[in-house]
Amino acid sequence: MTKKKKSTQDNLTTKNVVNLNRSLPKVLVDIFIQGDIFTKLSFLIMGFSNMVRGQIIKGCIFLATEIAFIYFLLIDKGGLFMLKGLTTLGEIEAKPASGFTAMQPGDDSRKFLLFGVATVVLCLLFIVIWAESIRSGYIAQLATDAKKKPNSFYRDIKEYFDGKIHRTLLFIPIMGILLMTIIPIFFMICMAFTNFDKDHNGEMQLFDWRGLEAFNKVLNMGGGDKYSYTFWHLLGWTLIWAVLATFTCYIGGIVIAMLINSKQVKFKAFWRTMFIMTAATPQFVTLLLMKTYLAENGLLNGILTSAGIIEKNIDWLGTPNMARFMCILVNFWIGVPFTILITTGILQNIPVDLYEAAKVDGANTKTIFLKITLPYMLFVTTPYLIQTFVGNINNFNVIYLLTNGEPTTMDYSNAGKTDLLITWLYKLSMDFKEYNVASVIGILVFAICATLSLVVFRNTGAYNNEEEFQ
Amino acid sequence: MGKKTSSMKRKKTVISIVSHVILTILSAIWVSPLVALIITSLRKERTSDRTYLWPKDGFTLNNYRDLFIDTDPLNYPQWIANTFIVAVFTCLISTFMVLSVAYTMSRLRFKMRKSFMNVALILGMFPGFMSMIAIYLMFSIFELNGTLTGLVVAYSAGAGAGFFVAKGFFDTIPKSIDEAACIDGASKWTVFTKISLPLSKPIIVYQVFTSFMAAWTDFILVAILQGDNVGKYTVAKGLYTMLERDYINLYFTRFCAGSVLISIPLIILFIAMQKCYTEGVAGAVKG
Repeated sequence: MTKKKKSTQDNLTTKNVVNLNRSLPKVLVDIFIQGDIFTKLSFLIMGFSNMVRGQIIKGCIFLATEIAFIYFLLIDKGGLFMLKGLTTLGEIEAKPASGFTAMQPGDDSRKFLLFGVATVVLCLLFIVIWAESIRSGYIAQLATDAKKKPNSFYRDIKEYFDGKIHRTLLFIPIMGILLMTIIPIFFMICMAFTNFDKDHNGEMQLFDWRGLEAFNKVLNMGGGDKYSYTFWHLLGWTLIWAVLATFTCYIGGIVIAMLINSKQVKFKAFWRTMFIMTAATPQFVTLLLMKTYLAENGLLNGILTSAGIIEKNIDWLGTPNMARFMCILVNFWIGVPFTILITTGILQNIPVDLYEAAKVDGANTKTIFLKITLPYMLFVTTPYLIQTFVGNINNFNVIYLLTNGEPTTMDYSNAGKTDLLITWLYKLSMDFKEYNVASVIGILVFAICATLSLVVFRNTGAYNNEEEFQ
Repeated sequence: MGKKTSSMKRKKTVISIVSHVILTILSAIWVSPLVALIITSLRKERTSDRTYLWPKDGFTLNNYRDLFIDTDPLNYPQWIANTFIVAVFTCLISTFMVLSVAYTMSRLRFKMRKSFMNVALILGMFPGFMSMIAIYLMFSIFELNGTLTGLVVAYSAGAGAGFFVAKGFFDTIPKSIDEAACIDGASKWTVFTKISLPLSKPIIVYQVFTSFMAAWTDFILVAILQGDNVGKYTVAKGLYTMLERDYINLYFTRFCAGSVLISIPLIILFIAMQKCYTEGVAGAVKG
């Protein structure tokens, strides 16, 4: 009922004035219908309406943008050339040096792909500016229609530090994100659909669009392809690792934090600092150190031998299962202090009356932990847990620095027994130049993490009830 | 009655002693590798394959001295200087970006706000490597690899997407303060620079610390972008290089010394930052 009422109201307003708060395409269509001839012309000549109505500087800026953009599209090796290049990814193959002729450089597929993607982003940006110029022209028309003077350039600028301040503040960060996050990610996603690998490096041999070929290579279960065998096995280990690494640190951290927090313990700050020292030391130091300690002729074996616990040196990182176990153990050592940091504050906030009531009812320590502390912690720290879980799926440092994925195996393609998907991705791209397969793995890892976190994030209060505490 | 209380007292003492013993053992386990690091950094024998902790040839400070004197081929002071430059620029640029975005998302209401936040959330879920490898390819096309400028750009340009912690802080500043200023005729820019920023010192400090420390601890991006250009390494990747097969026998104790030198300030910073973080998350204006 109310909806209907609202829409009739909308219709009433659009009869004479376009409602500028609707979605962009609708607004543009409405302006085209409602605007006068100058406003209509500014669909073609940007800033025309502004100039006619006395906003000369603003109109000129819009027009200059349009001219610059068209110039960029049309010049030799400009925008149109790049857009076409995005479809072909280069046509002239480089000729290697032979006999007396030097190497003749040809097209570089990498450049075609990158500049193509960048041009697409640039075109989208231009469309945004174009739409803004039309809006601005229409607003100028409204002002003159109402026999008012449109905003002066000075007032427009001033507006960017008041009502439109979000645009000023966001401009540079968004440009940075576009340049260093969005373009690279799209560039990488595109690679997954090409044959950009060690035999087609783009510079010497062109690579080309290949559709889902690389995805098939990785996902195909029954095909017996080495890549897919490696992928499914590494996925299994990655998930086991993420679950174990997350929960061992979580439970261990809570238990130690509770121990430090308990009434009988003195010098709480001192104990906390002892644990935090490990977390504060850079990971590459602690992990590389652990690697040398755990080596076959390292410190740990030396100490255990001289203490008479073992007779023969154990190769801690040499056999698959032992190496995996050590990864989780070392990660426990590194991760527990972080949980202590996070949980200490939360533990102190658990309402005391809950505990007192439980004690009156005769609950023992174990029941109190299982029925009060743990559920409360789980409730409060679910977002943190998800974050840690996703972080562990992408935990490059521990594996790369501690084992580098070793022990190696012939069963896998360019990976070792302790490799996670993320370290495999690294090796595939940096060491083996298999960029297309690497980016397929990146996309799959993203899919796993995104599904997981979106489902959980969307159900948390922090996301849904953002305004509640303001 | 008296018997019961004394037995309870005894029970409490036992629990207290047991917890202290457990904590002592645990913290010994946690700290011992770091103690071993310090002892090793003072050891005379240079190779890594020693199965004993206590040096047999005695202690020396030469490992520390050599880091700064013997700079060919691995130049430790150069790495420190590189890291410092990169860290300063990175933390200035990225703090600026993060604060702008966080403030905008927290205090201002505009059309694309929710979609921007969702996009940032989704972008954050791509494995960092995907963009790093693409950045490597981009830089190798433009021949920016192996420069400090490239590193700063790669660290800080996309920083604006990581605004969630800072936004959470701005959310805690009561809106009524802004509104009062607006009624008094202040523009939103004035509100931002004169009211919100001065109130958000803890989160600014936190942001500066984290981005400053990131440059000291990260080695992956350096490994990808700087390749074999040892002179342009930052200290993390440099120390990592000391443990490569060609160097480890000569440099292992120096690696330990170099690690101790950079870990001490980082540990102090971390503990200081922790305080800011708790303040930052706890909120800005009390009462």
